Amino acid sequence: MKIKGKVWVLKDKEGNLISDIDTDMIFHNRYLAITDINEMGQYALDNLEGWEDFPKKAKKGDVVIAGENFGSGSSRQQAVDCFKALGIALIVAKSFGAIYKRNAINSALPIIEARNIEEIEATDGDEIEVDIDTGLIVNLKNGKKTYAKPFSKVQKEILEAGGLFEFAKKLDV
Amino acid sequence: MGKTVIEKIFEKHTRDEVKVGNIIWLDIDTRTARDFGGPNVVKRLYDNYGEDVQVDDPEKTFFTFDTVAPAKTIPYANNQHFCRQFAKKRGIKVYDVDSGIGSHIAIEKGLCWPGSTFVGTDSHLNILGSVGAFGQGMGDADIAFAFKTGKTWFEVPPTIKIVFKGKPYKFPVTAKDLTLFTLRKLGSKGALGRAIEFYGEVIDNMNLYERITLSSMVTEMGGIIGFITPNEEILEHFRNVKNEPNIQPVIADEDAEYENVIEIDISELKPQIACPPKPDNVKDVEEVEGTPVDSVFIGSCTNGRYEDIELAVRIFKHFKVKDGVMVKVVPSTREVFGKLLKDGLLDILYEAGVIVSNPGCGGCASGQIGMTGKGEVQISTSNRNFRGKQGDGDTYLASPVVAAVCAVTGKITDPVKFLKEKGVI
Ligand code: SF4
Repeated sequence: MKIKGKVWVLKDKEGNLISDIDTDMIFHNRYLAITDINEMGQYALDNLEGWEDFPKKAKKGDVVIAGENFGSGSSRQQAVDCFKALGIALIVAKSFGAIYKRNAINSALPIIEARNIEEIEATDGDEIEVDIDTGLIVNLKNGKKTYAKPFSKVQKEILEAGGLFEFAKKLDV
Repeated sequence: MGKTVIEKIFEKHTRDEVKVGNIIWLDIDTRTARDFGGPNVVKRLYDNYGEDVQVDDPEKTFFTFDTVAPAKTIPYANNQHFCRQFAKKRGIKVYDVDSGIGSHIAIEKGLCWPGSTFVGTDSHLNILGSVGAFGQGMGDADIAFAFKTGKTWFEVPPTIKIVFKGKPYKFPVTAKDLTLFTLRKLGSKGALGRAIEFYGEVIDNMNLYERITLSSMVTEMGGIIGFITPNEEILEHFRNVKNEPNIQPVIADEDAEYENVIEIDISELKPQIACPPKPDNVKDVEEVEGTPVDSVFIGSCTNGRYEDIELAVRIFKHFKVKDGVMVKVVPSTREVFGKLLKDGLLDILYEAGVIVSNPGCGGCASGQIGMTGKGEVQISTSNRNFRGKQGDGDTYLASPVVAAVCAVTGKITDPVKFLKEKGVI
């Protein structure tokens, strides 16, 4: 299966990929009382310097690219759901926080780890194509490639079912 | 290539290929929820499957109420009762507020056993590595899923091997000092996302309560779990409580593949103390001697066993608590409490001026035995000293011996020097 989309590359002012984007930068704790997923999109990344207007720019089907340890910090599910609300198709990061990874997989938000994502030299608006079975990532703008860790069977199963609980309904239990 | 302990346990609980980095489906032998997290587990089940939802196997499912025991506010009481009603209707056993800390109950009652898999809403369930079982704390969605299906998914972690060198410690140095020393060497990210296996002569000599102390703080090292190969005594315990004479330990293959082997020399091990506000901010006790102490908490899943409290009693039978110091002892389970009572140890604690409470998490969670106030210096035998976790005060983490000695002197004191001076050792 392939995912194609225009990218937003989370870089700082110096042009470096931002690492350690924690759950408070993704979905600040002042919005934690919000439980309706449709309300969450408007606050995605609004506490990350330089990216406060992300929800206005992002379109359904876009891809987000980030550095190391994306989603570290608290276990809040909203930090995953806010991207789902915006229709983000995929998050590519050099690595993810452990709980974020569990939460993202459980709620069927596609995420993939690409250690050398810089190799595709992507800038905002480039279109990339990601093969989640082989891990191949291609920047369609310049043809540059890199490999990510492909989706595991489990991650694919939960994704295809539409989330952990949807998946459970399909299990023979 | 040989397999590590975690790989071998996983292989017995999955049909997927167990390889480092693979995400696999794991069959879970025991699923639990406590009074923290438990109500959300029930809500998730109701939301997703309706009020008539059934769990996969009520016999393998438990609630353990240990954090606020008994409930001290109406919301806690409501939450606990919400879980009780859910459990009762489905024939799920509740280890209620009289029972004690869930992970210790699991070991005492045989809800876990060497080689078994166990998940729940308690982030220190990896303590079960102390008996060679896989235990893991998770969020409420994951646990609701495990209640419903008996499964969870897990990414197979790499394993690091920690080998202790040097001769074993002896009183007044304890397993807690070894644990804090290990944390000092590794730091809070030293085992991030890794399983650990502990080896060495000192480990072979450790009793169950000491193994529990070491495994309980793997969380603070960033680790997923720390395994210790069960000895004959531990195996006998599980064979007896479970009435299964064939329980065997899971042992790593000789040629198991480790990501890293770390040697830690403990020949010079001295009493250790973790200074606020982080568990890995560990120093020799003698470096911080003299700081005035306001209160002492002896208990928690790290140091709440009978033998832990007996270590403190060795001090309290000679010396009384210093005037103005508040000392709280909380046995980890009802069984521990009963033995302390019958053996006359509660008497000694009472005479020394100690407050003893009913079993549970005590000062560690939301304070069934109180919290610290701003500026208060507390010596605690638990596992976390982050600001706010045990109150607004400054918490130092240490062994029951260090804690008891501080209680009688009213300041941070090295037990080796103190006990020698007083002619106790
Ligand atoms: S004693 Fe503290 S760390 Fe241990 S299970 Fe209870 S709350 Fe958690």
